[in-house]
Amino acid sequence: MKKLLLTCAMALGLLALAPLAPAFAEDAAAPAATAPAAADATAAPAAPAVAAPVSNKGDTTWMMVSTLLVIMMAVPGLALFYGGLVRSKNMLSILMQVMVTFSLIVVLWFIYGYSITFTEGNAFYGGFDRLFMKGSWDNAAGTFANAATFSKGVYIPEIVFAAFQASFAAITCTLIVGSFAERMKFSAVLMFCVLWFTFSYAPIAHMVWFWMGPDAYTGADVVDAMNAKAGYLWQMGALDFAGGTVVHINAAVAGLVGAFMVGKRIGYGKEAMAPHSLTLTMVGASLLWVGWFGFNAGSALEANGFAALAFVNTFLATAAAVIAWCIGEALMRGKASMLGAASGAVAGLVAITPACGNVGIGGALVIGLLSGFAGLWGVNGLKKLLGADDSLDVFGVHGVCGIMGAILTGVFNSPNLGGPSAVADWTTVTMIAPDAYNIGAQVWTQTKAVLITVVWSGVVSLFAYKIVDMTIGLRVNEEDEREGLDITSHGETAYSR
Amino acid sequence: MKLVTAVIKPFKLDEVREALSAIGVQGITVTEVKGFGRQKGHTELYRGAEYVVDFLPKVKIEAAVDSTLLDRVIEAIEGAARTGKIGDGKIFVYDLEQVVRIRTGETGTEAL
Repeated sequence: MKKLLLTCAMALGLLALAPLAPAFAEDAAAPAATAPAAADATAAPAAPAVAAPVSNKGDTTWMMVSTLLVIMMAVPGLALFYGGLVRSKNMLSILMQVMVTFSLIVVLWFIYGYSITFTEGNAFYGGFDRLFMKGSWDNAAGTFANAATFSKGVYIPEIVFAAFQASFAAITCTLIVGSFAERMKFSAVLMFCVLWFTFSYAPIAHMVWFWMGPDAYTGADVVDAMNAKAGYLWQMGALDFAGGTVVHINAAVAGLVGAFMVGKRIGYGKEAMAPHSLTLTMVGASLLWVGWFGFNAGSALEANGFAALAFVNTFLATAAAVIAWCIGEALMRGKASMLGAASGAVAGLVAITPACGNVGIGGALVIGLLSGFAGLWGVNGLKKLLGADDSLDVFGVHGVCGIMGAILTGVFNSPNLGGPSAVADWTTVTMIAPDAYNIGAQVWTQTKAVLITVVWSGVVSLFAYKIVDMTIGLRVNEEDEREGLDITSHGETAYSR
Repeated sequence: MKLVTAVIKPFKLDEVREALSAIGVQGITVTEVKGFGRQKGHTELYRGAEYVVDFLPKVKIEAAVDSTLLDRVIEAIEGAARTGKIGDGKIFVYDLEQVVRIRTGETGTEAL
């Protein structure tokens, strides 16, 4: 706990330095309010003067397929990945926490989540224009509102965009359950997720991804005004293609805080708590890998070259991370393990998430290899340092590799290192030229985004867990924990005796 | 009548079963058990958490036999189950007071 407070204090101190950062960022040749390529689209339809725009069929298809892939990542992908790692007496509790949390957040998303994240508001939150998705389609006229992509004049139906983002919000919340597995009250999990989703996921997603869309940038005279309507971190120029900060770092910090606040499992460190089915964990990890192509390549919002780049980068980085983790483990203890290979895959997937459409293929390879080793350290060395029982190593993998991937995105985005560069001007959609690209500045921007995410998520989580603890209690009682959550929380056993 | 219990290495089960059939033992009961004697366990490592696993999987065979057959039964099991390495197992012999064949109601040695 002391370590946690110390870390928070240090982070807050660092945050106090953030206002100094623009002085560094402006050294970049790009205009002060550089618009990054990796921001996500806005809910607002195209300018009224244009005739009703038609959504692109190919892009729409791809986005619907991507949404399906992300749903599959959660159910059953993550559910099995996590489930196989716990003891058999707690298997169903994991499956339940994942499936029900996922469903709950999807419901809340379509009620208010989408609106407060992806509509115009301020730099931190959207507004209530799309409460209950009103205005997203006209049932009388049979017309559907459009959402912008990253190309001028190209659209997808807004509800498809909303569905895609729903799957993101929901899976992010399910990631957290791994940290406090095997001891948290089911109702407490749900209550915490509602609070955290509302006060951490939504604003951070808004800050990183909300912008007015490429069609709003009609001329140099509106650039500043349009930029000012975007999310805080988007305005800062932070690059996060598919959610390194929004999803992984955000959830990982919430998990770590939870692990500290819920406390260690009874018998942790003394009793055997080996995974009960690494077979299912591998099945889960494989579903995650396959599904992640929807998560990453779908974040391009179009079926185009950048989606293809994200696709290939996701493929390569993950494979590299598997190899790296296996090599690392073999060097460390003589054997490469299935758990290691599965964890390596997830590590690579996490690290490439912010980078996938923002780096070149060589960059993806490097990020993948490094993430395998970084994750291995995260679940061994760092885990011992932190001293918390982060049961399924949510922070060790998602936190460490998310942070690493987010920062390295600033390095390998550079056109001098094979990256696609970032958009300098959305009016003409020109990229920052190779001789104008300042890696140091971009890395600093990425770092600031990481720090802000860590602190925001950490503080919100702290409060949220505390509120839940004071109202319904976080943890099950000792007897229930010993007997197993499946029977005590859900009245079922996963496997017949 | 005697109840012969033998704890053996799992992969030896088929050999022991054949050896017992060969000398006329009609039926056995088999359970999967775990245990240890002098054979050491192993260490498993899951993401930095180390577990020492002392218990090793074994198979327990129980056979109810006539006292006259006892020595040959012991010899058969010993011979079939032995590998010569630590962990081969043990044979225990109990006195068996009564045996009943449920289907017919026969008792004693006729029920064996």
